[in-house]
Amino acid sequence: MKDLADAALNAAQLKGASYADVRLDERIQQDITVKNGQLAAVSDDASEGLGVRVLVDGAWGFAGSARLDKDEVGEVVGRAIRIARASARARTVPVDLGPPVTSRGRYRTPVERDPFSVPLSEKVELLLRADQAMGSVKGVTIREGSMEFIRQKKVFASTDGAFTEQELFESGAGIEATATSPEEVQNRSYPNSFGRHQGAGGYEYVTALQLDRHGQRIGEEAVALLSAPQCPSGVKTLILDASQVALQVHESCGHPTELDRVFGMEAAYAGTSFMTPEKLNHLRYGSPRVTITADALTPTGLGTFGWDDEGVPAQRSFLIQEGLFVGYLTSRETASVLGQQSNGTMRADGWNRIPLIRMTNVSLQPGDATLEQMIAETKDGVYMETNRSWSIDDKRLNFQFGTQLAYEIVDGKRGRMFKNATYAGITPEFWNSCDAVAGTSEWRVWGLANCGKGQPPQVAHVAHGAAPARFQNVKVGILK
Amino acid sequence: MKSMEVARLTDQGELKRFMQTLLERSPAQQTEVMLTEWDSALTRFANNGIHQNVAERNVNVRVRAVKDGKTGVASINQMNEAAAADVLKRAVAIADLQPKSEVVPVPGPAPVRPVEAWSDGTAAATPEERADFVEAICVQAGRAGLKAFGAFSTSAGQLAIANSLGVFHHQHSTQATVNSVVMGDAGSGYADRGAIDVSELDKNELASEVIDKAQRNQNARPVEPGDYEVILEEYAVAEMLEFMSFMGFSALAAQEERSFMRLGEKITGQQVSIWDDGLDRTGLPAAFDFEGVPKQRVDLITRGVASGLVYDMQTATRAGRQSTGHGLPAPNTEGPFAVNLFMQPGTTAKAELVSDIKRGIWVTRFWYVRIVHPKASIITGMTREGTFLIENGRITRPVKDLRFTQSILAALDGTVALSRTTKLQIGEYLGATRVPALRLKAFTFTS
Repeated sequence: MKDLADAALNAAQLKGASYADVRLDERIQQDITVKNGQLAAVSDDASEGLGVRVLVDGAWGFAGSARLDKDEVGEVVGRAIRIARASARARTVPVDLGPPVTSRGRYRTPVERDPFSVPLSEKVELLLRADQAMGSVKGVTIREGSMEFIRQKKVFASTDGAFTEQELFESGAGIEATATSPEEVQNRSYPNSFGRHQGAGGYEYVTALQLDRHGQRIGEEAVALLSAPQCPSGVKTLILDASQVALQVHESCGHPTELDRVFGMEAAYAGTSFMTPEKLNHLRYGSPRVTITADALTPTGLGTFGWDDEGVPAQRSFLIQEGLFVGYLTSRETASVLGQQSNGTMRADGWNRIPLIRMTNVSLQPGDATLEQMIAETKDGVYMETNRSWSIDDKRLNFQFGTQLAYEIVDGKRGRMFKNATYAGITPEFWNSCDAVAGTSEWRVWGLANCGKGQPPQVAHVAHGAAPARFQNVKVGILK
Repeated sequence: MKSMEVARLTDQGELKRFMQTLLERSPAQQTEVMLTEWDSALTRFANNGIHQNVAERNVNVRVRAVKDGKTGVASINQMNEAAAADVLKRAVAIADLQPKSEVVPVPGPAPVRPVEAWSDGTAAATPEERADFVEAICVQAGRAGLKAFGAFSTSAGQLAIANSLGVFHHQHSTQATVNSVVMGDAGSGYADRGAIDVSELDKNELASEVIDKAQRNQNARPVEPGDYEVILEEYAVAEMLEFMSFMGFSALAAQEERSFMRLGEKITGQQVSIWDDGLDRTGLPAAFDFEGVPKQRVDLITRGVASGLVYDMQTATRAGRQSTGHGLPAPNTEGPFAVNLFMQPGTTAKAELVSDIKRGIWVTRFWYVRIVHPKASIITGMTREGTFLIENGRITRPVKDLRFTQSILAALDGTVALSRTTKLQIGEYLGATRVPALRLKAFTFTS
């Protein structure tokens, strides 16, 4: 690997690159799906290759190839250089990467049990037990459970002198029960929606979820939702469970603090951001209870690593401090525009993609309340749990989310179950209405393995620490 | 002399021999090999200049092995002896290690109608050509005092499917797509184009549309949310159809009682006819699906009546019928997918769709659309880059983007008119949709 990396960097410099980096990446992924009592799918996907990024005349070029031999490396470097020269014909200002990054070292995700050493039968049996628990509930029409395991080995080297080797593991699992009627489709899933809950770690992460102990409950909830009343429309106190708070942080704080979005680099696809530089250290983003950090050192977070894909060390920084907007997620190129240094958030979705600014583990810091306290203090409200739909505008201001499950709260007590619950708002108004966040005992790290960005499209695996939180005067129940 | 950079793809004969070797060496009772190979490039621009510019060559070899009623799937992105042995070993090992389960049958040989989906010009597109195209948009935007953003991509690829029952299908294809957002200080516009042949993309025509839209969309003011008569441009209509496909056109969604389709019943206005046809050369043609089944045209909604669903091998077997050629790569738990959608155009010129609307909204495109209620076909999303107020038969001013929450079927039930022209919208991941612009009687904007 090192030979190929050296060959690529040497060739790039000889061909005129003022800076070059190379990533060699080898990834294996296992996916298992059990559906309706049967093993529905098992796949084992392997991919390897290298990507070379070069700066020529102040402009970027990138090329990648699946073939890993010295002839192909020469070909790939030549292609990247030619592309960079074409970029230079139509660039604006030359790229400035700021001070050199010279990281060296090795990192490996802490793993108690290598998920690839666990027999397939053990994994399938666990999913089948959870399936059986869901199937014990009359009225559940579709049962599905899945697991995913990833091992990625990557080498990064740059002409600055950086050389890092990482071996990253992810493990995840989840179950979902669906109940249908002629008018309705209702789902309940555990621990999160969108298939799975995933984290950086080994098979111990999956066993700790105790999928089989939650199958019956979610089955019963899915069936009960079919006959539950529709969530009424109105302006109410809203209490969100931790997983929905995590997605709210992702969409309304994580994305708008990506500095490439702020600079328009994603404008034609994912959009821009309302959190523009003149608002830095001035915008009252949320109430004093709202502190949000980006922390690539969080245990089990999908955004936890040794170095990002520019060789910048994993680190912790503040985005929102007691309600005030104080920081961005940055890269070397974007940070230098603001006279800062990168806080290490550049990650690529494999060898064949360039790194982009991606959330690491962007977390709402715990408060001092409890969910039960929040409910007890609420006169007229709705509690919502587990995401069902999510939509937000291209500046990350106007959002509408739906959840799988909701309960009315009347005079401090949890009341009827509601179906098809949604809520909507405007980002700073919403976070400024936050008057309680639960404490550390209810705070956990939620993995989100479907974050899309970039052209060509890339999917990032990120995480969010979150606890249940309460918001005042929120529009709920918008459904025609 | 033009410096050529022709896409590097494996020779078809070599590719077939490699796949044949895998089939011959497989100890499984049934084996399927799917091979996709692509060479693609994308030039991205922001603030009137190129800021990202990438290319990749890659291959995916996917093996499905069926042994003793058990199925294993493995893939690798290499095409050599060691890779062949490794991927086969892993697929068979997975099959050996699991309990018996439902086996998706491998299809037998059937004739496919070849389709033309290749352009030498697209396959040979250079970084310099992409830069020139992009620069033209940026220069024109700059002259107008605006900033251009977007991406221009060209790709060439091949897909081949072979199985142990004797199927071998192969198809080459190319694609060129460009999208652009142009922004002023107080508003933006959008346009995109896609084609098999890059020479069909006209940079000046695209620049003209997106700059005009951006200029007309400055200083938007809000309108009250509520129900409005709307014009949906083709960008928005295509996205709506893609969500219909995702929620309702699949036989699996129907078999699992998740679909809004009620076959034989009227579910939209009579002017609405939607079908899927992978063989139509005005779309993005594909001769066969990812299971190796020849593509068939399927009428999904005919003059407002739900008339058909798309099937893959699994859902067809369960229903005791033939696959319509809409299977996805194994292992697939998502069911079949209609990816070559068409909507019947109408007779009205697009510009005339607004003619007698007293008060309505013109929508250029949707953004961040998500499903709120699948069975009621309710979606939510935002309008983006070109939302205008229509008053007394003409567009009078831009309005701030709006959030909608709307049942697609209810919206289509109020179809007033369809444009006589259609536009091809190439999907982000798969397939393409050809649609007219629509005038709908009522559409609900919620904020």
